[in-house]
Parts: sequence; structure tokens; C-alpha cells
Amino acid sequence: MSLLTYDFVVLALVAALFTGLAAPAVGTYLVQRRLALMGDGIGHIAVTGIALGLLTGTSPTITAVVVATLGAILIEVIREKGRANGDVALALLFYGGIAGGVLLIGLGGQSASTLNSYLFGSILSLSAVDVWTTVVLAVVVVVVAVGLSPQLFAVAQDQEFAKVAGLNVRFYNILVAVMAAVTVTIAMRTVGLLLVSALMVVPVATSQQLTRGFRSTLVTAMGLGTLASLGGVLVSAYVDVAPGATTVLIALAGFALAWPLGVMVRRRQRMQAPFAITPDGAYDGEHTVVPEEHAHEHGEDCGHLAVPHGDHVDYVHDGHRHAPHGSHYDEH
Amino acid sequence: MPVNDGPVVAEIHDGSVAIGGRPILRGIDLSVRRGEVVALLGANGSGKSTLVRSLMGLVPLSRGEVALFGTPLSQFRAWRRIGFVPQRVSATSGVPASVWEVVSSGRLSRRPFLRPLRKADKAAVRNAIGAVGLTERAHDGCSTLSGGQQQRALIARALAGEPELFVLDEPTAGVDLQSQQAFADALAGLVEQGATIILVAHELGPMAALVDRTVVMRDGRIAYDGPPLASVEELEHGWADHGHHHPELQARYSDHTPTVASPIDAPPREQRP
Repeated sequence: MSLLTYDFVVLALVAALFTGLAAPAVGTYLVQRRLALMGDGIGHIAVTGIALGLLTGTSPTITAVVVATLGAILIEVIREKGRANGDVALALLFYGGIAGGVLLIGLGGQSASTLNSYLFGSILSLSAVDVWTTVVLAVVVVVVAVGLSPQLFAVAQDQEFAKVAGLNVRFYNILVAVMAAVTVTIAMRTVGLLLVSALMVVPVATSQQLTRGFRSTLVTAMGLGTLASLGGVLVSAYVDVAPGATTVLIALAGFALAWPLGVMVRRRQRMQAPFAITPDGAYDGEHTVVPEEHAHEHGEDCGHLAVPHGDHVDYVHDGHRHAPHGSHYDEH
Repeated sequence: MPVNDGPVVAEIHDGSVAIGGRPILRGIDLSVRRGEVVALLGANGSGKSTLVRSLMGLVPLSRGEVALFGTPLSQFRAWRRIGFVPQRVSATSGVPASVWEVVSSGRLSRRPFLRPLRKADKAAVRNAIGAVGLTERAHDGCSTLSGGQQQRALIARALAGEPELFVLDEPTAGVDLQSQQAFADALAGLVEQGATIILVAHELGPMAALVDRTVVMRDGRIAYDGPPLASVEELEHGWADHGHHHPELQARYSDHTPTVASPIDAPPREQRP
């Protein structure tokens, strides 16, 4: 791996590793709240922050963190007020953010290409300071997202229950919003503002195809996010393609592979779910012998789906349920 | 009403709630003593849900005060003593979660901050899942459960905190009979251990045997508070096992008010053709 002797590739890989861990960790809570597009909205708002930084000559990363955090808190407040047209209010905020950013960039006399490096990422041009900032912020996000996962899970799952359990629901909601804002700004240098939401959401969507629990979804999503972002950087180091876009396409490819598998697993589970036992035990009350000729014996490898039903097994045979009963089969 | 002179567990005095400027609860006085099993009945919109939500501090009072375990709500911190089952139909969210995970969030009020589940926590979660008959499904995703099983998981979540006061908001709405029976059994176990239960319901079903006090809400006020009734319809009809509703009776109702006047009124049977 001669490429690894180049500092900028190593820095890019470090940044990709930590972004890939942090983005899906926060994304899991956003998806759980059915706010999958919140990352995208925060990304739009961050554009204004970057423009402010460029205009005033301060670090665009810092101004972006501040503006994105304020925007995320505002989104959370609008959501908490529970207005019926909450999504419209969010849309106003998103587009206000991006329009304000473009306007300010123009005022500052910057070219669109400066903005481009934030919109689509420029992971191969990161400085050591950039990378260290990314690492520190990502570690904080991951530690909070994993360490407080019981609380964050409970709040996102059921706010009213969490409140009666004595949790400060508003604090945790704003915490998630702030974590999302921080993640968006650290990921904007690696995958870009327009694609950051994909890195937050797609690995979660992929992992939940195959997982049954929350914790396993969270951990798998973080693993998948890391694989995708490392893969994106490595591919773009060898082939001349945009690393951000490559990362997102790798993540999407993972979803395309997992989805049919998930559909299959879920279908199988549904078919093999035990039949309900009627409380009055109807299957031994009504005794209906299978009327047609039954040439073969149902068993382990008879090719008919075997489904548990109370204390025995029913075989699904042409839309009927055949239950062995001594020398013959009963209709169940 | 059985004589109960235990300490007052939940109390609302002169409670009024207005939502969006419209009074929903008016002048409610209710106190529940330790060991009581109170069923809160009433039609849709009568304010029974709002009443328990205001007891839990989820809805602010515009007048009056609430006290839990003798402590005014604003100073109440011992949330571990309360198990709440909110009104909802689903235990699922945007991300899969296993029954075990949902139920363990019921231990949050008892767990030290940032500490993993201890042995006692795990045992409590296991017992709670067992009490509602979901042991075999403990590690399955909630989304694979039937509606009734999901409701049972939510009950188990409240059970897991080992609370002294249970507040259940329509736990059996739209739940299959088998699950209703599993609930009733779980609640019976609690009653035996001396828990206090406040139960909001439309129909009590298998839980009727447990109830020792009924409160009927009507249009934001308490219309009846006394010995058990199986359902609001019993007040209407004067008999419990009528089994169906009368369209002409319902047509007579105002927008959201059942015609519960008071329990000593003559049952309206004679008025029907």
C-alpha cells in the first residue's frame, strides 16, 4: 500500500474512520424519531454558517458548527411545539439557510468553487488540525450516543413514558439535535453537506434490514458507516473519483444487497410464526379429517411448510393446514 | 366502597385543564389511596385521559393542584414509584427494538446514571416480561408482535420499574381477548402485592373483577364515583351484559357527552320504543 506513505491519504483515512463511526450513531436516533431528513436540513442551514465564516474571515468550520447548532435547536423547538404544519416550518428554515448562505458567499466575493468544497467534501485536502478537530468531535459524539443510549432510546421511543420515568425529555431532544449539528459539520469536509445525511441514514436503513434489536442496529450501522467511508477514500485514492460520492454509493450498494435479504428473512419469519391457539381449543373440538387422498406423509423434508400450532405442528398444504392425527390428517 | 384509610397516593384538588383555551377538565377532586384499584370510565372526549395525564404532569393544570405520594407535583422526584402506560397502539418506532430493550427502559428511573443493567435490573426485566407472557418473544423485534402483544410489552415496561402506583391509559383498547386476559392476570398479581392502580378504560372486559372503585367522567367533570360498574353502558342501561349498543340511544347523545346523569336516575330502558 504505497499510497499510505502519503500524509494526506492517511489524514483522509483517519477523518473517514471517525466520521463513519459518528454519523450513523446519531443517524440511528434520527431514524428512530422518523426524522431521517433532519441531517439534510441541518446541512442546508450550515451553508449560512460557512458563508458567515468566509465573509468574516473566521474559520468556516466554527461558524458552521454554531449556526447549525442554533438551527437544530430551532427545529427541535418547532417540533416540540407540535404545530401541525411543523414540516413546512422546517422547510422554511432549510431553504432560508441555503439561500442565506449563497447570498452571503456572493457578498463576500467568493466563487462558487469555495462553496463546492463544503457542499461535496474535500477530504483529500484536510489539514492535520482539521483532522484532529474531526477526531475529537466525533469521539465526543460517539461516546454520548453510545453511553447515553438507554436514555436516548427511551426518549425517542416514547416521550411521555420517558417523562414519567423522570427523564428530562427536552434536554435529551436538544442533545440529539446538537449532536446531529456537530456531526453534520464534521462530515461536511469528508462527504460534503449535500451528502452527509446519506452517511447518517443509509447505514441505519441497511442494518435494520437484518437486525431485531436497537443496540445491534446501532452498532451494525456504525460498522457499515465506517466501512463505507473508508472504502470511499481508498477507492478515490486509486481511481480519480469524488470520495464523498463514492462513500455514499458504497453505502447505498450495501443497502441494495441487504434489502432483498431482509425481505426474505422477514417473509420467512412471518410464515413460520406459530398459528394462534384459540382459547377454547377449537382444534380438538371440531374434528375434520382431511377429505382428499393423501398420498404422502408430512414430515421433516416433505416440502410443506411446518408451522407450530400449540402442542403440535401443522403442515401448510395447498392453503390448508394439515395436522397429523394418528393414522390420518385433520384440517386445522 | 370498601373502607380504605391508607395514605393518599395520588390526589388532584380543584383541578382544571384548558387546552387551546377550551376547558377540558373542570373542578376535579379525586384522591386515590394506597391499594385501591380505580377504573376511570367515560366516553371519548370526556376528559378521562386528560385527567391521568395531568396527574402525571404531562398536561399543565390551569387551576388547582396535583400531589403524588403527598408531594406537590412540582417538587415530586420519586418517579420510580410510578409506572405509566401511555395511550398508544404501537410499541414500534423507526428503528427495530426488541421486547427486552423496550421493557428495560422501564428500569431507567432505578438505574444509576451511565451504568449498565445490574443483576437486579435484569431479573426485574425478566420477571416483567414473564408476567405478561412474552418470555418466548423477549428477543424478537417489537414490530413482529401483534397489537395486543405490543401493548403487553408496554405494560411490562411499566412493571419492570417495580412501581407502587400504576397508571394505565386505555391499555386494552383494540386488544385481542387473549392479551386482555394476560393483562388482567398481570394486574391481579400486582393487586395481590398491594399496588395501587388507576386504569382508564372504555370497557373493562376481564379486568372488571379487579376493580374496587369506579369513577365516571362526563364532559370534563366527575359524574360518578363509587362502587364498581362494568362499563359506562351499565349506568345507561342498568344491566351489564347487554352486549350491544343502541343506535337510537347514541343518536341522542350530544357531540361527546354520554347521557350519564347520575347513578340514581332511572335506567333509560323504559324510554325506548
